[in-house]
Order: sequence, then C-alpha cells, then structure tokens
Amino acid sequence: MNAIIFSAGWGIIMMFCSFLVKNQSSYRHIAAVGLLVLLAANIFDTYGVDFFHIDSGKMLAYTRFGFVFNSIAIASTLIYVLLTGRDIERLGRYTAEFFTLVFFVLCGVCLLSAYNNLLMLFLGIEILTIPLYILTGSDKRNLKSNEAALKYFLMGSFSTGLMLMGIALMYGGTGTFLLESSRLQSNLYHGISFLEIVGLLFLLASMCFKVSAAPFHFWTPDVYDGAPSVVTSFMATIVKVAGFIAFLKLCTVRMSVTSTAIDWKLIFSIIIILTLLFGNITAIFQQSVKRMLAYSSISQAGFMLFALFSMNEYASKGLLMYSVAYCLATIGLFAVLVKMKDVTFEGYNGLAKTQPVLAATNAIFLFSLAGIPLTAGFLAKYYMLASIIKTGTYTWVVVAGVLFAAISVYYYFRVIQAMYFKNGEPQMESFGRSFKLGLVVLAAIIIIVGAFPQALFNWLYF
Amino acid sequence: MPIQYYIILAAALFCIGVTGVLIRRNAIIIFMCVELMLNSVNLLLVAFSKMHYAISSANNKGTAAITTGTDAQLFVFFIMVVAAAEVSVGLAIIVMMYRNVHSTDVNFLNRLKN
Repeated sequence: MNAIIFSAGWGIIMMFCSFLVKNQSSYRHIAAVGLLVLLAANIFDTYGVDFFHIDSGKMLAYTRFGFVFNSIAIASTLIYVLLTGRDIERLGRYTAEFFTLVFFVLCGVCLLSAYNNLLMLFLGIEILTIPLYILTGSDKRNLKSNEAALKYFLMGSFSTGLMLMGIALMYGGTGTFLLESSRLQSNLYHGISFLEIVGLLFLLASMCFKVSAAPFHFWTPDVYDGAPSVVTSFMATIVKVAGFIAFLKLCTVRMSVTSTAIDWKLIFSIIIILTLLFGNITAIFQQSVKRMLAYSSISQAGFMLFALFSMNEYASKGLLMYSVAYCLATIGLFAVLVKMKDVTFEGYNGLAKTQPVLAATNAIFLFSLAGIPLTAGFLAKYYMLASIIKTGTYTWVVVAGVLFAAISVYYYFRVIQAMYFKNGEPQMESFGRSFKLGLVVLAAIIIIVGAFPQALFNWLYF
Repeated sequence: MPIQYYIILAAALFCIGVTGVLIRRNAIIIFMCVELMLNSVNLLLVAFSKMHYAISSANNKGTAAITTGTDAQLFVFFIMVVAAAEVSVGLAIIVMMYRNVHSTDVNFLNRLKN
C-alpha cells in the first residue's frame, strides 16, 4: 500500500510544484527525490513496515514477487529520470506535469503488481494508460507525435472496451470479481461455464493489445516511433513489463483453472511464434534505430510471453530477470538515442572514435538485448527457455525461440557495426560527465546481475 | 424479464460499437463507438448483478444476502468515472490533432507508415 499512496501523493506534489517552483531545472531533482522516497517506502513495505493500514477487502494481495517487481520498476524509473531528465526539459514548458504523469503511471504499476480483483486490474490498466496517452502527445507541435497519440488513444480505448466485456462475461460465469478462491467460496457455480471462457478470451485479446503481442501488435511501431524518444523509452520498458506482470497473474490464477476446457498452451504457443516472427523479421528491414528498437520491443515481448506459456517458478523468476535486463538496457539505449541528432543507422557511424564511452556502454546494452552470455539478457532468455523445457511439452517453441534470438543478433549488431567499423562524424546534443558516469553504472549493473543472478533472486526470499 | 434479453441487447450494442470502430473513419465517431461498447458492458454488468441475486435467493430459499451482486453495480460506477477521464483526455488529443491538420479523419494518420 505504501508505494501506491506515495506515488499518487508525490504526483500531486509535482503538480503543485509546477506553479510554486519557478526554476525549470529543479523539477527533475524533486522527481528524483520523490522516486527515492517511493523506493524506500516500497522496501519498507517489503519487510512488513506498512505506514497505512488500509483494509482493501481482498481486492489487493501483496506478495514478495510483487514488491520486488515494484522496486525494480521504481528503480528503473529513477535511472530513467536521472539519465534523461535534461532531455525531458527540452520537450516543452510542462516539465513538472510530465513528471506528475510519470508518478501516476507508477501508481498504476503498483496496482497491477498487487491486484487480486478484476476491478483493480481494470483500474490499474487505466491509471497506467491514460497518462501515457498524454505523454505520447506531449510534443504538441509535432504532427508525428499528435498522430501517435491519437492512434494510441483509439487503439487503447478500444482494447479497454474488449477488456471490460471480458470482465463482465467472467462475472456472469462465476459471480465474483475476485481472482482467487472464486470457485471455492461459491458452490453455486460448479464446473467451468461457457461465459467464463469467452470472457477470458476477450481479456486475453485486450492484454495482448497492452503488451503488444502478435495479432494485436500493429499499433506498437507507429506509436513508439511517433512519440517523443524520452516517452518511448518509458513506455517500451516499465509500462510494458508491468503489463506482463498483470498478465502473468491472470494466467496463473484464472487460466490454469480453466485449462481443462480450453488449450491455453496451444493458443499461447501460436501467439509466441507470431510475435517473434513479426517482431524479428520486420526489425531487420528498418533504417532508423528508433523504429528498430520499437520492433525489437515486440520481439522481446515474444520472449516474455514464454513466462505466460509455462507459468512455473522458472517463469516468474525469468520474468523478473527479464524486466531488469530489458528495462535497463532499453533505457540506456534510448538515453543515447535522444542525444543523437540523426537516429538512422548512419547517424551512429563512427561513434566509437568520437565517444568511446558511449559506444562501449551502448554495445553492452545491445549484447544484453541480444542475449550474449555474461549479461543479464542472457540469463533472462535462459530462464525463459528453461521454463518451457520444465513443462516438458511443446519443445518446438524453444527451438523457434533460439532461432529467432539468433536472427535478432543481426539487427542489434548492425548498430555495433555502425559504431565501430564505419567512419563518420555523429552529430550529438551536448551532455555532461555525469551522463557518461550514469551509462557506465547502468552497464555495470547489467553485467553484475548477469554474473550474479542470486543477488536479484535472493531478494525474493530474504 | 429473462436474462437472455439483456445479454442479447448488450451483445448487439457491443457488436455495433466494434463494427463502428472498425469501419468508420472519423475520429469522433470512432470514439463514440468506443463509448457505446463501454455502455453495453454497463448494461450487462447490471443485468448479471440482478441475475446473481436471483440465483442466490433461489438457492437459499428466498433469503439472499442483501450484498449479493452489488459489486457489479459498483463496477459500473468505476467504468463511468474512467470513461469520463478517457473522454477528457481523448477529446483533448482530437482537438490537438484538429488544430494541426484541420480534420478529424483518421485517413490523415499516415505519416508514420514510412
């Protein structure tokens, strides 16, 4: 409860800052302090110190897994604000409002990691996405940003409609909105009703929309490309992973109960293959690094879907690892990308000669995304593949996953090739020493987590 | 009135909404169709709420707990609130778009394709 209340509260504080504090550059410091407070409050909560004793009536269920994920999301946001705070200021006059919306998004993330009731799932998803519509369109004079915002808004509200229909049908079938213990408490509704299955299919479609899985992924490249790069960085990482956390809970609780009536594993294996196929194949043909990263986020979503397929202990550990590896690497890549004046592959030509530190850290982030050993991304992919092997069925999905991971190496390494083996003079915005230091710390975290995964997993138990 | 009537009406409204979203080209009309979808869900939730109350009282010999099914009616209020929030953001986005291109036709949304 700490994190939910603190994030909403600090969002309101940021709103007041926008007219009480005149100095533009102090907003990001206030936001960073707020995120630190939020992180501390969440860690207190992890160890049983709850400042607010609010009885949510079984609507929210706190687990260690959810707390650890909250900490990861808040810490990633902190890194994001520290690295790209200056670029957010360049976006326009409304810096404080930008951070306000970021805090509200975090409130949605914290709801999604703890929900135990379909009402909370709905509210969490909406608190998460409504601020994002505004953030996507925050570059008001830019037509591409406008277009991305409108597209995202229309698609997002449509998928909300689908989700609500699903929830209503599930309610019709079971008589409760609670996720757990629904069937146990009511002996009225034996068996699995037809309405519940249809409702779950609606929910599946709308969640696929939110996490940009295959048949519903078509909005992703346009929106990620059109949104200002600083927003894309946030949207493609923390928000997407939070969607997966919510999706995983829905699958493990509701879908595993109904698995006798419908073959979820088959549906998920088809979604996985399609997502990996579309994401990887189209990413190969992109000329802009930003658009390539948008497609790569689809293909990474395909790997995160492995967790929903297998739903065992490896899957939840793997999803946690994936959220660290993917969020940090993508935030780092975007932090460099917003400094570039030209975001095509040619724009990166010769970066290693002019900015060796940026090029080296960028290479580590790309290694992590591609899944090269010794980085966190490798272990994340390892856990995902291992989780499917543990289930003992559908091993061809693993084979396909490995093949697609090999394809992804091609387009990630094109950036490295441009940076190291081509000549050119990359045009960049100015940046300070602290920016480089931040990137080095980020790369170090990725390697440390990759070398000592227990550092992360021990947190789940101690 | 049997529950089937409500379910069929809600399903019909929902299908009209979905079809409208898929075939109309005006952003405001698409948006209205989304609202239609949300309102069909509201209708369905209220109908299910009464249905569960009736089932419960029939099973317990005419004495159901007074709270049976109220959670769905609460849900309807939440949907209304969220829909209002979405309207305020969505119309702002459509106005922003209109200021720049003087049209609300979604066929104009093709700058990102290439």
